[in-house]
Amino acid sequence: MNMMTKATMLLLVLGTAACTNPDRLGGTGGAGAGGASAGGGLAGSASDPTSPAYFNQAIGDRVLFAVDTSTLTPEGQRILDGQAQWLLTNADYRAVIEGHADEQGTREYNIALGARRANAVREYLVSRGVPTARLEVISYGKLRPIEVCSNEACYSQNRRAVTVLSFSAVTS
Amino acid sequence: MKKILTLLVALLLAGPVAAQNGPLRLTITDGVIEPITFAAPVFEAENAEAAQVVNNLNRLVAQDLSGTGLFREIPANAYISQITSFAQPIAFADWRAINAQALVTGAVAVNGNQMTVKFRLYDIYSGQELGGGLQLAGTTAGWRRMGHKVADAVYSRITGEGGYFDSRVVYVAESGPKDNRQMRLAVMDFDGENTQYLTDSSAIVLAPRFSPTGDRILYTSYESGFPRINLLNVANVGRQQLQTAPGEMAFSPRFSRDGGSVIYSLSNGGNTDIFRSDLASGQYTRLTSAPSIETAPSLSPDGTQIVFESDRSGTQQLYIMSANGGEARRISFGEGRYSTPVWSPRGDLVAFTKQNAGRFHIGVMRTDGSEERLLTASFLDEGPTWSPNGRVIMFSRETQGESGTSSLYSIDISGRNLKAVPVQGAGSDPSWGPLQP
Repeated sequence: MNMMTKATMLLLVLGTAACTNPDRLGGTGGAGAGGASAGGGLAGSASDPTSPAYFNQAIGDRVLFAVDTSTLTPEGQRILDGQAQWLLTNADYRAVIEGHADEQGTREYNIALGARRANAVREYLVSRGVPTARLEVISYGKLRPIEVCSNEACYSQNRRAVTVLSFSAVTS
Repeated sequence: MKKILTLLVALLLAGPVAAQNGPLRLTITDGVIEPITFAAPVFEAENAEAAQVVNNLNRLVAQDLSGTGLFREIPANAYISQITSFAQPIAFADWRAINAQALVTGAVAVNGNQMTVKFRLYDIYSGQELGGGLQLAGTTAGWRRMGHKVADAVYSRITGEGGYFDSRVVYVAESGPKDNRQMRLAVMDFDGENTQYLTDSSAIVLAPRFSPTGDRILYTSYESGFPRINLLNVANVGRQQLQTAPGEMAFSPRFSRDGGSVIYSLSNGGNTDIFRSDLASGQYTRLTSAPSIETAPSLSPDGTQIVFESDRSGTQQLYIMSANGGEARRISFGEGRYSTPVWSPRGDLVAFTKQNAGRFHIGVMRTDGSEERLLTASFLDEGPTWSPNGRVIMFSRETQGESGTSSLYSIDISGRNLKAVPVQGAGSDPSWGPLQP
């Protein structure tokens, strides 16, 4: 398994190399233009603990939040402990943390709320030893829901912060 | 030119049409009013080339006026007199007999791609012309603008206030499913015509804002990968990223009243505050510094104060501070959450979005927070913008569920005349520009 080759090829296929562009290796919760369609198939096998697919699926790439809060739940902290461990082990990866909100709020407020959520995740990962330079935050507010119904079943999935990996060896 | 002074005497038309006993005047109040009745016979075609456009032009004028809810057209089949020439004397008794209070006549001449439009407005009950005759010249392609200008003049002469028909609206045109919505900037006439797309849909764009003169547009774009503020030149559609204070995300921009600086929100380390940047020098000033979310700033018309939203009290509420920052006073105290405040062009009101008990509303309040009135209610209304004369508010309304889409609506600040704006496709985040010169 040569992840570097694989990841380099992926970047070529996508035709993107800017280290600040967050749309990389996203799971289904990724939101950047094209990020969602990159899919898990390109991110290696979930059975390989060094693969982004493992990060996305086995560890969990996202944490969820209660209405209008950015407080991490115990379940969220457990997932982030796993993310931090993985990021410390796989030092060639960077991450963009995407903050999202459900549709119950105005667009502008929800961007600010998503920023709070993304930052809560970043601060937690940094507290677990992940270098802050490897982490960026972005907020999409309510503009990129993953569930489209208008009730709590969907809202609870949309109030999320998703850690989207990118391979840093190309640009760093 | 005649009797302009007498026009300043306002007449409240509370009663039936026949009660008018002074010059024609509609005072717009928040109460129920009886619409002014008007007749608008087809304009005279002064040459053969004009024959095609006169009917369209005339219908547009009538549509603009009727669309306000303040005017009601008398149908042509009720006419006793016919107007065949712009110069002919008006048989006031014939128009009085069919209860027309106002009569709009016009004449159009077309020469190649140029056209001229003349019109006159008559006050039927006093038997006089209202204001002088007016002549407009322009291109045939711009005939709608000339129609809007005629309607603006009629509106203005009868109400004593500025019109809003010859104006443009910039908004976000949307397509695609809710979880992969494509968004691009578009600009259109206030009535949904002449749509022009200003960006492609390769990046998320939101909340465009016209400059005071309508020549530039500020908006938030994700094209760099992160939310940043772009400045777009309407004439050549050139755009550049605004130099803001350093920060991770910048959004919610609005021009200052002189168009020379921008107030906006900047997010850093999870905290969002309000800043101002000078467009020429790039110099910035921090206007708020609180650990809470401060966003959606909007300047007063005199440029001295900013209304904004903050959740410093625990929920989103509206606050007013000096344009230079500093102490802020809370103005919203009702139930629920208040957001997206926008200062009216007349300076007297703040329009806002309110969220309460699972519903969204567009509302207005005085700048001291008194006299709050909710104008709308739906699953999701947000983002009010004022007509140039401060009489109408346009906003976004999103329907619920998987197939939910966003549309533009307008409503009078009286709470009457809620209308869907006929946008091409789905639309959101309208910003109403100034009356065009």
